[in-house]
Amino acid sequence: MNLVTNNKWIGQRTIRPDGMDKVTGRAQFAADTTMPGMIWGKVLRSPHPHARIRSIDTSKAEKLPGVKAVVTSKDIVDFPIEKGAVMLGIQDMRWMCRNVMARDKALFPGHPIAAVAATTEAIAAEACALIEVDYEVLPWSIKIDDAIKPDAPILHEFNKFDGKPSNIVGRLEHKKGDIEQGFKQADTVIERTFTTRPVHQGYIEPHACLISVAPDGKTTIWSSSQGQFMVRAMTAYLTGIPQSDIRAIPAEIGGGFGGKTIVYLEPLATLLAKKSGRPVKMVMTREEVMRATGPTSGSKSTVKIGATKDGKIVAAHGTFYLQAGAFPGSPIRGAAGCSFTPYDIPNLLSEGFDVCSNRSKVAAYRAPGAPIGAYAVECVLDEVAEALKMDPLDFRLKNAAKEGTKAAHGPVFPRIGYIETVEAAKASPHYAAPLGDGNGKLRGRGVASGFWFNAGGESSAQVNITEDGNVVVTTGHPDIGGSRAGIANICAELLGIDYRRVSVIIGDTQTVGFSNLTGGSRVLFASSMVVTQSTEKIIQTLRERAAKIWEIDPEAVKWENGAAHPVSPNAGQFEPLTLEELAEKAPAMGGPIGAGVQLNTQGADGGFGTHICDVEVDVDLGIARVIRYTAVQDVGRAIHPGYVEGQLQGGVAQGIGWALNEEYIYTKEGKVDNPGFLDYRMPVCSDLPMIDCIMVEIPNPKHPQGVKGVGEVPLVPVMAAVANAIYNALGKRFYALPMSPPKVLEKLDEPVQQAAE
Amino acid sequence: MAKVHVTTSINGEPMEFLCEPSDTMLDALRGPLALTGSKEGCASGDCGACSITIDDRLVCSCLMLAVESEGHEIRTIEGLAQGDRLHPLQQKFLEMAALQCGICTSGMLVASDALLKKNPDPTEEEVRFWLAGNLCRCTGYDKIVRAVMETAAEMRAQ
Ligand code: FES
Ligand code: FES
Repeated sequence: MNLVTNNKWIGQRTIRPDGMDKVTGRAQFAADTTMPGMIWGKVLRSPHPHARIRSIDTSKAEKLPGVKAVVTSKDIVDFPIEKGAVMLGIQDMRWMCRNVMARDKALFPGHPIAAVAATTEAIAAEACALIEVDYEVLPWSIKIDDAIKPDAPILHEFNKFDGKPSNIVGRLEHKKGDIEQGFKQADTVIERTFTTRPVHQGYIEPHACLISVAPDGKTTIWSSSQGQFMVRAMTAYLTGIPQSDIRAIPAEIGGGFGGKTIVYLEPLATLLAKKSGRPVKMVMTREEVMRATGPTSGSKSTVKIGATKDGKIVAAHGTFYLQAGAFPGSPIRGAAGCSFTPYDIPNLLSEGFDVCSNRSKVAAYRAPGAPIGAYAVECVLDEVAEALKMDPLDFRLKNAAKEGTKAAHGPVFPRIGYIETVEAAKASPHYAAPLGDGNGKLRGRGVASGFWFNAGGESSAQVNITEDGNVVVTTGHPDIGGSRAGIANICAELLGIDYRRVSVIIGDTQTVGFSNLTGGSRVLFASSMVVTQSTEKIIQTLRERAAKIWEIDPEAVKWENGAAHPVSPNAGQFEPLTLEELAEKAPAMGGPIGAGVQLNTQGADGGFGTHICDVEVDVDLGIARVIRYTAVQDVGRAIHPGYVEGQLQGGVAQGIGWALNEEYIYTKEGKVDNPGFLDYRMPVCSDLPMIDCIMVEIPNPKHPQGVKGVGEVPLVPVMAAVANAIYNALGKRFYALPMSPPKVLEKLDEPVQQAAE
Repeated sequence: MAKVHVTTSINGEPMEFLCEPSDTMLDALRGPLALTGSKEGCASGDCGACSITIDDRLVCSCLMLAVESEGHEIRTIEGLAQGDRLHPLQQKFLEMAALQCGICTSGMLVASDALLKKNPDPTEEEVRFWLAGNLCRCTGYDKIVRAVMETAAEMRAQ
């Protein structure tokens, strides 16, 4: 594969193909869709964090005028626990079928118990209130420490850890060298324990779907998700309808960040639609989103790092306990597998523990697990650098992973761009700038680095030439952040035509080949591969057509600037044939021009970033504000720099929220106490500064355009960068997130502790 | 309960609709009026995705009753462009990649337009405080603030 050079469209800030619809309010998001005869579905949810369901009586609800259908877990296909895992991607259907609706036990407040469809939303809600559930309320636990106590209430009795029933439902480890030997060589060893609270992805669009099931079982789903194929498959598994009978149409999606990679409403709405014979619409309230959809894990991590006097890390040990919520599956792989990866550490043990507790099942959130791990590791690194009196970026450079380094999670790195991100941070105007006077407030600067695996996987595309010589590209990945713009740039570049002649469509499950989720920083990587190969096939066809017309050998035709040309004068003297001309001649010259490619894409390179953060702390109010921020990242190749920067800036903003304010707060009864945007305090416009981006471009050699995923890395280092900056400002370090005003005030009252022992 | 008949003006057009007395303006817009450009992110006045103006005053349509629009002048995102000519803010949002998923975009544009009508030369801080009622989870606001400032500068130059 050749890297495209001297580009006309790749690297340009073109206008995204779906932009016009989104700035005029025309774009169809899931909740915007309606259908004739449509009725509304609502979910009855458990008020208890943990309760056995003795019985459910739906008879009163069914009799309420206007109610068309009621479903409970009896209507959902069961995947018995003892029969073993039924995996769909990374999800086990045994947990999915119990997550969409509680089976024997309610495991968190908000756990669905039953669902009702009625002619209006109000009647559906009224009917939910008429359902009688007999609960046996059980003891519960939410915090990791409570959930792993020996006498903790057990969520899943079948699960054993060390031979006993336990809420620890999984463990993984990455190992290299011998940490005991390693720590013996160290001159400085620092070990700290950190906690983080659960935080929500916070997409602005609540989950929504509209589903119609015809009497013959043919089902159409419009929904907001990060993958229409995931929606189709999970809905099919949970309702028993064959996948071939389900057409899942991706609506525009109003944010996901990992949180829309599983289904909540679709199987319920499908069953309600099937029972009632009417199309059913379901839209979550914000409160339902906060209570019952996946936030990410809260965590407890212990990190120990040892280094020699000259600044070489010789050993590291990390243990990361992550909350899975009600069902197994917390992102321990991201925490244990990513957090030490920017460094070349000879002796390493990184362990992850997956812990169930009585809160909603976690869902992926941007580089799942990695920001949690990086928070702990990058804070300890800061302490070690300080103890060694080294500049924190120099310390990172000295220990940086590079080509040939064996990462703890397995691979030996190819050419990677980590060092370049640290060097670019060091050379940035931000790092050189003095902190300035805080006008009575304390200022500090912190840095941190981060890594995310990135991913390839299944992707499909179809590229068709229209009769007027323009291009329609269909891919199978929902576009959350502007991927259509990148695809248009690439296709236009390859064909040598104006990018406005390329229209990019997200196909539904029945019109485009299987494509995996939009997630894991994989979409542009994977889709541009299949789009490139499809477009190359088309160019081949166009050359053959021109060769036929000119009666020369196809090898004697080259494609350039949107037209076929003879390769050289001795191939014959011909006027170029443009895409439009060849399209017009298509019916007479072999028929329609189109090509499709399906691939399981490989060769995604991991991504690295290094961030610099300046904070200002008001010691009277305890408010820490980020006043300047620079995110440096190896982005491989920025196909559309505007949307690459957008990923960096958005990730940083989320990280600042996680660092400073965001957290799930629980009542004494184990319920989320801040299930709305007012109290779940995400950053608003006036909380943030401009976020500077430095894009380092080390092209991925295994990708036709050099693309590396960019979406997740920007969240990974943020909390550590903010924490390190606050430490620099206050001389006091936080071992728990968020660093919200009350916590800052508490900390300011603590006596100063020793930096390192 | 009997529905209420409301006569109002939406994006410069006379309009009539029926609604429940308890329906919010957002319910009416997205329901009987089929103007789904205004989005519901929270229904509690905290996200700004439902921003509209009533008699040029910026409001969260989820916090206003539909019946309150009687006799007033409502503007929504659907009324921002003039025919096929985009409002300069819309154009600038496109050019400067000031949207990612686009769910906050309608509200952001309506709120930004209201700001520039009041204050054609806002400082960055003024833009940030004005838009503090409009959550965006995707962009980190950087590109949105820049787009608003740049539009303001261009509009002033005209
Ligand atoms: S929906 Fe009105 S402010 Fe959020
Ligand atoms: S662009 Fe997605 S919320 Fe603003």
